[in-house]
Order: sequence, then structure tokens, then C-alpha cells
Amino acid sequence: MMRFMLLFSRQGKLRLQKWYTATAERDKKKMVRELMQIVLARKPKMCSFLEWRDLKIVYKRYASLYFCCAIEEQDNELITLEIIHRFVELLDKYFGSVCELDIIFNFEKAYFILDEFLMGGEIQDTSKKSVLKAIEQADLLQEEDEPPRSVLEEMGLA
Amino acid sequence: MALKIVKGSIDRMFDKNLQDLVRGIRNHKEDEAKYISTCIDEIKQELKQDNIAVKANAVCKLTYLQMLGYDVSWAAFNIVEVMSSSKFTYKRIGYLAASQCFHESTDVIMLTTNQIRKDLSSPNQYDTGVALTGLSCFVTPDLARDLANDIMTLMSHTKPYIRKKAVLIMYKVFLKYPESLRPAFPRLKEKLEDPDPGVQSAAVNVICELARRNPKNYLSLAPLFFKLMTSSTNNWVLIKIIKLFGALTPLEPRLGKKLIEPLTNLIHSTSAMSLLYECVNTVIAVLISLSSGMPNHSASIQVMKYLGLLAMSKILKTHPKSVQSHKDLILQCLDDKDESIRLRALDLLYGMVSKKNLMEIVKKLMLHVDKAEGTTYRDELLTKIIDICSQSNYQYITNFEWYISILVELTRLEGTRHGHLIASQMLDVAIRVKAIRAFAVAQMATLLDNAHLLTGNMQRNGICEVLYAAAWICGEFSEHLENPMQTLEAMLRPKVATLPGHIQAVYVQNAAKLFATVLKSQEGNTDSTAAQETSQLMIDRLPLFVQSANLEVQERASCILQLVKYIQKLQQKDVEVAEEVNALFAGELNPVAPKAQKKVPVPEGLDLDAWINEPPSESESEDEQPKAIFAKEEPKHSRPRHTEVDEKELARRREVRKQEQANNPFYIKASPSSQKVYQDTPGVEHIPVVQIDLSVPLKVPGLPMSDQYVKLEEERRQKERAEKKKKVKKNRKEKRSGRGKKHDSGPESEEDITPAHLVDIVTEEMPEVCWSCYSQKQHSNCLSLCFGFPRPLADSEKLPVRSHRAAEALKSPVEDGDARSAAIQEPKKKSSKEKREKKKDKDRDRKVKLKYFFENYVPFILKIALPSVYLVDETMLFSPIKVYDIQGNLQDGSQVVVSVIFENKCDSFLKSMEFNVLDSLNTKLQRPEGSGPHDGLAVPFQLPPGVSNEAQFVFTVQSIVMPQKLKGTLTFIVKNEDSSTHEKLDFKLHFTCTSYLITTPCYSDAFAKLLESGDLKSSSVRLEGVNMPFHHLLARICFHHHFSVVERIDSCASMYSRSVQGHHVCLLVKTAGQTVNVDAKCDEPTLLGNVLDEIKQTFSQC
Repeated sequence: MMRFMLLFSRQGKLRLQKWYTATAERDKKKMVRELMQIVLARKPKMCSFLEWRDLKIVYKRYASLYFCCAIEEQDNELITLEIIHRFVELLDKYFGSVCELDIIFNFEKAYFILDEFLMGGEIQDTSKKSVLKAIEQADLLQEEDEPPRSVLEEMGLA
Repeated sequence: MALKIVKGSIDRMFDKNLQDLVRGIRNHKEDEAKYISTCIDEIKQELKQDNIAVKANAVCKLTYLQMLGYDVSWAAFNIVEVMSSSKFTYKRIGYLAASQCFHESTDVIMLTTNQIRKDLSSPNQYDTGVALTGLSCFVTPDLARDLANDIMTLMSHTKPYIRKKAVLIMYKVFLKYPESLRPAFPRLKEKLEDPDPGVQSAAVNVICELARRNPKNYLSLAPLFFKLMTSSTNNWVLIKIIKLFGALTPLEPRLGKKLIEPLTNLIHSTSAMSLLYECVNTVIAVLISLSSGMPNHSASIQVMKYLGLLAMSKILKTHPKSVQSHKDLILQCLDDKDESIRLRALDLLYGMVSKKNLMEIVKKLMLHVDKAEGTTYRDELLTKIIDICSQSNYQYITNFEWYISILVELTRLEGTRHGHLIASQMLDVAIRVKAIRAFAVAQMATLLDNAHLLTGNMQRNGICEVLYAAAWICGEFSEHLENPMQTLEAMLRPKVATLPGHIQAVYVQNAAKLFATVLKSQEGNTDSTAAQETSQLMIDRLPLFVQSANLEVQERASCILQLVKYIQKLQQKDVEVAEEVNALFAGELNPVAPKAQKKVPVPEGLDLDAWINEPPSESESEDEQPKAIFAKEEPKHSRPRHTEVDEKELARRREVRKQEQANNPFYIKASPSSQKVYQDTPGVEHIPVVQIDLSVPLKVPGLPMSDQYVKLEEERRQKERAEKKKKVKKNRKEKRSGRGKKHDSGPESEEDITPAHLVDIVTEEMPEVCWSCYSQKQHSNCLSLCFGFPRPLADSEKLPVRSHRAAEALKSPVEDGDARSAAIQEPKKKSSKEKREKKKDKDRDRKVKLKYFFENYVPFILKIALPSVYLVDETMLFSPIKVYDIQGNLQDGSQVVVSVIFENKCDSFLKSMEFNVLDSLNTKLQRPEGSGPHDGLAVPFQLPPGVSNEAQFVFTVQSIVMPQKLKGTLTFIVKNEDSSTHEKLDFKLHFTCTSYLITTPCYSDAFAKLLESGDLKSSSVRLEGVNMPFHHLLARICFHHHFSVVERIDSCASMYSRSVQGHHVCLLVKTAGQTVNVDAKCDEPTLLGNVLDEIKQTFSQC
């Protein structure tokens, strides 16, 4: 089971964090800081895995963003890399060649995508198509009950 | 009120949304904290408003700030408010915020239970989905308990989207509220077979996670998972399943066996590294758990072990270092019960040795040699030890004394087939590592002294081969012997006569060398009796060898005996002979690269083909002065030959050599110039050889223990290291620049270990050493023979030559027979002087005819006659030849009766004939019960001169589809009035495929049916230039190949025959002009092919 997933930039700015086990804020902060330090210190040619505390850390860098997952000891590192890649693919499909800024400004969307893909630290759906379909449907639902702004505009005009 | 709404709306227009917040933060890099604190104040204001949209916006911003590390727990209640919004947009944000911020100690969670329950049962699947996702992050034991039932119902929801989320969240629920597991499990199990792959994979995930915590409860699901594993193509799912099996197998070892096949299939077929990795992981995990405490079910472990070793050997080729670290594990595998695993491990070891670990590995292997049961494995170990040590020019051996000791220890092995291997290693090392010679000689002397230990069961025991090496080394390097007299006596013990011939020959020759050494040492003393006693010893013991049945031994022994007798005569006259005797064996041997000869340029104006002397005229028979040659033989070698060799001999030899060159592609021309160079330089000291002084003079009495050397080597290395350190220190002092501590005291690297001795390599290539030549030291005249030997005999060499001594390096059964017959014929020749004139011319003919005699016998007829075939009388030679016939036995498909006609063509009485054949796997001579598999059969009669008689021998044949040649020997006693000698004659038995066919009549309708049946394979052959009437042709086939004619129409005929084992052979023979087409069908294609070949051969001879 995946314990948590972090996205952070090369400058050490956290862009996304998802914890699949309830953790106290203080611990979260401490762990994030520690991990970022370790991962950012690693050279580009080094391997994507490291052991940290009782967990295995799998990370991969895409452009300026590091995707970093913490998995349990018995988990498969390679499949975790696959998960990261699949998530990047999903983001890419959704935003249309995704960049760091997309994730910064639409961070809640990024979370929604992640939530459709992973749940409770397990893969929810291995099919890209069905994940994207669920997101689209939910977004559609959101737009349906978006009228307030047009009402406001009417009223503003009135 | 309306105004209020409008005001709120207008206010909202100026609210920051998330984008504004992010942008703002980015624009206030310098005073971020300050900016954010104002933002938080704004958010607090927004949260106070009633407008849910404003609140949602605020919560969204808070979520972002939370991520940046700001505490937002104070807004928990507001988050709950947003969560409970009826609008999906806000609900979504609310749940997201909750999932990011809530944890078990968040007290407002208690308030959410009802809201979540409501959302779970919402008609909108996305409401439900969002609720489930959120819940998965912040579920508490209370929530789990309260909502377990609702979630369980959702597992059977109509929408797969909900089902899969419900299944996944169940895992979290189980963790928080384990009591829910029992009631929920049946439904979870159902989901394994859900039609939706997403739900299915979710169920696999959950069960897999559960099983990892407590595998025992999930064993019953194994068949279901097995089915999934073999049917699923989803790698994500497969990985989970395989992981699950990894957890299950230790509990149910039978699973392991079952898993091997699908796992290997996956390993071979998948392109996904992650899946491959998981498979290997599981295999290893299963392996470890099984090997600890499940001894009964070892079959699958063995398979894994084997596969593991196999995989390692593949890795070894590219990454030897990574395998080397598993040395201990691999050595452990040598203890395995399973031979195939042990052999694999051995293979691996070969590639793993380095200078550092060689001794250790070999030591372990030696232990195994002692323990090993079964000669095959032991032999394998032995060859591996030698392979390991000798690989790439003894690259890894640093101490050759140790290696020699290992070799000597190996000689204690009983019943090994690889005596010759050990022997050749001993020779190789002793010759090429000069520094080791003294040590090697001492060891070999001990071996010779204890020869009786090695030769328990003489004939079958291959280990006595080492005596060959031991004797030669002791003889050749006798100057290093401590007590040459003792070794000489050991070599002349009567028991030596039981050794195989070629070893005895080396014994005799090297006894002579030793004799020379002993003489030298004894002549220095004033007491001349000691030297004479030594000669007497030789004279006493050598006759034993003169009587030997082996030509080589006999010949050498008689030579040396005469020599010693002569020396004794001189000694009695008080002449100093030692120096001259030593001159016989002077000169040192050096390894020569096979191509070295080529590098010597042929001098200008030298025509290698030109006659040096006038070509021989005629007359001068080669069988003159037979006796004298023996006496003169030995001294000849030490002096230039040209003056003594008679022209006739030279010319003939040149002829032979030319033939040889033509026949042998490997022949390297031995130019006279190079020979000259060789003789001019006394010894070959000019070849640079590095001499290294030994620092290991520890004397080991008796048979050595190689272990001692391991210790010694350690010490030596340590010393070296210490020295090196000193040097480094010195250097550093000189340099004084403290640039680094590069060489400090780190582990010593490969290169640091310097060997104690150097392997003597004269050129870059290893010499193809011809031992027989080395041992005989006939540098000058067999130079051409030793290169490229062994090879098949050329035709010309099969001649029964008078001066067979020139070619004595060549040994073959055929020649043995020839030479022997030459010896026999001698007395007779004197009486047939009148024929001598013709003989010269006939020499050539005879060559051809003999060849015919030995090889081109007509199929199924083989000729054999006793020694007199070599007599001068040609008419006698090929006059009505007694045939012998090989005929299959119809009653028993595996029996063949061979009739042999023996004809005595010499003037002596022949008796005690023994017929023996070297059995092959396929064909065996039937021997009476109780006799061994190598015993000969007594021929039940004696032969007076000129009489012939027939004997029959039964052979059992397994497969008849291939022709076979068996080698055989006939031994017999030739009795004259005054003496009797024991003789032997080698022959070959040719079992053609035709001889297994039996003429069987067949009617045309049966024949047609047979052809129609379609069981027969067809083949055809075309015979060109057959110039005979068609019915002659048919008769020939019928007669020679045991066919019968079924039908004949004009120039076309069908024929039939049957093999002893019931194969049908059908022929359709058509002729047109001189061409004959034979189309054939048979149910055994190999047999058919061979029969056709034989038919073709029959007609090629006419």
C-alpha cells in the first residue's frame, strides 16, 4: 500500500501532497522536509529508489517536478514507478501537455485526478480511459451547478 | 434583503479566488508570510458569510495554504459545512479539504457521520464517489463502525464506479474496524469475479493486502487466484496476485510446484520489467521461506536453485564481479544432493576464480572430491579443478608448488578416467615453470616410489597415466633429483612390467637418462665399483622389458640394454664414459609456439623439393643390415645425421614427408636451415626465460598437503603487502605532498598479488606440445612428425617400411601390425632372394593394394588373412581370398553371425588364437557367460602352415540403421622348431547396412499395397556410367545387397528386401543408357540412405 505521495519542485516547494494514512500535521511537515532534502540531493543518474525509515521511497523527476511516493516494504518498486508515470500521463491528458503551473493553479483538479486514480493507497482503476471519463463526468456536473455567476451578472446589469 | 444579496455578490466580485491567491503569493516572494497572514484574515472574513460559494472558495484557498504548511485546523467546522453543501462543486471542495486536513484526532469528524451516510446513498454516483474518496483518507474507527454496513451495500452497487471504490475502501474499514471483515468477506470474494475489470483488480488489491497480513485465512482462495493468474493479462493485477502467492506458498508448499510453470511462462513472455521483477521476487521469497524448515518438499527448491544458478551463469558472462560475491552460496550448492545442481555450481565456479580466491575455492573442491560419491561427479570435479587452475595460461596461480601438490593429491583418486589430464598438467607445469622443477622432481620421485599405491587395478585404472608424467619429469630433470639411484631402482622394479605399454616405454627411456645422471655422479668418486654396480643393475633389469609384448618398450629396452652393455665393457677398462653418456641426453627442452617454425624464413636459393643426394638408383634393398641399426641407433641422435644415414633411407623418408605435407593441412615445413640453427647453438639458452628465486623452501616429506601452501601463500602475500607499504611510505616521505591517502591499507586488489613463479611462455601462443616427441627427444629427425600430430595416418605411412624406426613417433594399430609382420618376415626373406629384384618396383603397387586391402573391401565381404599377407609373393597375397561373411539372423532381430576364415600363410605353426573385438555401444561381441566384456574369444582350432579354417562369431546389434566399423585384434602364438613368439594382428570389421538385409521374396500385389500404405519415406540415387546389361545390374544388386526382384518390365524393375528387424526396403530401378536411377522407399530413412550409399559404392567400383 502506498503511504503518501508528494509532488515538489526542484526549488523544494511542495506542489501536492496526498496522505493515505492519517498523519498529524507536525509529522507530515517533518517528513516532507526530510524527504525533500534527501531526494533533491540525489544526482540525476542515480536510481529512483531509496530506503527511508521503514519505507521505500520511489521518486521520479519530470521536468522541474519531482514525483515521490512512499511505499511499504513488500511493495513493488517498479510498479510504483509505473503508477507515477501513469499519473503524469493522466495529468498530461487532462491539462494538455501539463506543466508545473497547471498543477499550481489547478491544484484541486490535480487532486481530483489523483483521487480517481488512487484510493486509500491502492490503484483504483488501471485504465486511463475510465479515470478520465470519471473526471470529465464530475466536471460536467460541476459546471451544471455553476449558475451563480451568470445570475450575478444579470443582477449586476439590472 | 435584495440589496444585501447584491452587496454580497458585489463583495464576492472583489474576493480573491484560488488563482488570485496563488498569483499573489508568487508576487510577494519577499514578504510571503505577511501576505499570507492578510490572506488568512480575508479568508476568515469570507468564512463568516452565509454564501456557500464564498465559503467554498475560502476553503479551497485554505486547502492550498494547508499544503504550503500553514495550520488550518481552526477551519475544520467550516470544511464540514462545505462538505454538506448540496451542490457537487462545493461538496467536492469540502471533501478534498477534509481529506487533506482531517485526521483521527480532528473532533469535528464525529459530526460528519450522518452527512457522509447521506452522501453515500445519494442518487448521484459522483456524490457517492467523492464521499468514499474523502472517507478513505480520514476514516476513524468510529466512522468505520458506523458506516461499514452502508459501504458493504455499496459493494453491490449497480455502477462499477461505485463498486470499485467501495471495495477499495473496505480495506481501510477492516483496518479500523476488524470485526467488519467476517461479514464482508463473502461479498469481497464475490468481487474477485466481478465482470468489471476495475472492480476485480480492486478486490485483488484488497485481498492481497489482507493476505499479506495473515495469509493462513486466504489459502482457500488459492485456486481462484490461480485461475486469475493464468487468465489475466493485466500486469497490475498479475503483480498483486503473484505477491499474494508469495505469501501463500510458505503455508502450502504444493503450491510452489504448481506455480513454477505459470511463473516461468510469465518470466519468459512478459516485457514488463515490473512484472518480471515481481516474479523473480516471489520466486526468491518462496525459496527462502521453503528452505527454512520444509525439508519434505524440496523438489521446487531444487528447481529454483537450479534456475538461480543458471541465471547466475548468464550474469557471470557479462558481470563476473556481481556473481563473485555469492561465492559462498555457490560453494554451498556443491553440497547439494542433486548432481545437476552441483554441476551447475561447478560451472559457475570456473568463471569466479581470481588470484585471491583460487586457493580457497580449490581447497573446498578438494574436500568435495574426497567426499564425492560416484565416479562421474568425481571426474567432473577433477577436470574442473584442473580447468580452473590452468585457465588462461595459469593466470590465477600464484604458487606453483601448491598446484603441483594439488595434482599429486589428485592422483590418490581411485578409478578416475582422467589420469592423462593430470599427467599432462604435471608435464606442462614442470616444463614451463622452470623455478618449480626441483620441487616437481622431488614430488614425482615420491610418486614413483609409491607407484604401487596408484596402480591397484592396473588395466582399468586411468590414474597410472600420471606415472608417465612422473617418470618423464624425473628422467628429464634428473639433475634436480636428490637420490637418483633410488628413483632409478623404483623405475626398474619388476612390477613396472604390468603397466600399460606406453608408460613402460617412457620408464625405459627415462631410466636411461637417470642412468646417465647416476653415472656422472658416481664417476666423480674414486670408487669405480659403484658405477659398475649401477650398470649391472641396468643389465639385470632391462631384459624384463626386452621381453615385453609392446613393440615400443621392447625396442627401446633392447637399444638401451646394448648401450649399457657397451658402457659396462668400457667401464671394465676403466674408461670414463659418464660425459659421453650424458651427451646422449644433453640439451634442454623449451616450449615452442606452434607457429614459431613459420617465422623462420626460407633462405634464398633453397629448394626444399630438390634432391640433396642423387635419387636412389635401385638394388640396395632396404632390408639390409637389420641388426646393426639397433646398436647404432642411440648415439646417432647426438650427432649430425647426414653422414650416417644412407641415401636410400633419406630419399625414402623425403618421399614420405612430401606425401605427408600434401596430406596434412597442419604441416609446418621444417626447413633444413632451422635444423642447422638448432644444432649449432648448444642448448637453447638464448631464449630468454625469467628465473625467479623461491622464497618457499619448506620441505614437505612424503606426499604433500596442498593446504600448507594456502597458509604459506597468505604469509607471502602479507609480507609482500608489508613491503609494498614500506615502499609507499618511502615514496610519500620523498614526495611530502599530502595529496591523498590513496594506497593506505585498503583491501589488496587483484593486481597486487604477484605470482611466486612465472609461467614460461616463449611466444605469445601456447605450444601444441607433442609429448611423445618430447619424451623421445628426437629433435633432429622427427621435427616434422611432431608438429600436427596426432592426425590420421596418411596412406603412405601404412606401408610396411623396413626402416620403421624413422617413423617411430607414429604409433597406430595398423602400423604396429605392419612393423611386427616386417619382423616376422625377415627369416623368410633370405630364402627368397630371387624375388628381391622385383620387390622394389612392387613397393608402389603394394602401397595401393594394401590400402585396398584395409579399406575398400566390397560391402559385406571382408578379407582377412594372417601375417603372411605381407610376404613378397604378390600372387599369394591376392590369390583366391578367403572371405568372411556377415549375415543377419532372421530368428533374432538383434543378432548377426560373422563367419571368419583364417588362413595361415606363413611357414610356422599357429596356435592359441584369440579373437577379440572392441565393442561399441551398438554392437557387441557375444561372449560366453562369466567372461568379462573385454575378454577375447578363443578360436577353437590351430593352424598348421598353409591351412585355413572357418570360425563363427555372434554379435548383438541394437540399431541396424547405421553401418559400423569395429576394431579388433587377433592374438596368436607363432611356433617354430626352436622358438615361439606371441604376436598380434589388428583388423577392422565392417558391418554394412546391407548385411542386415535378408533376401525376402515379395509378390507384386503385396508390394503395391506396401507402397500405397504411405508409411514409407522415399529417397533416390542416380548411378552414372554403369556399363552393364540390365539383368547383370539387377543380379548384382540381388547378390551384393540381398534384394529380390518383384517385377521387371523392360528397363525398369521393382525390388524388395527386409531387414532383420523388419524394415521394408523397396527399390524401383530404371535404366536409360549408362545412367541408372534407383528410387527407394523404406520406413527407416537412415537405413535407406545408408543402403543406397552402399549400392552406389558397389557400382562405383566396377
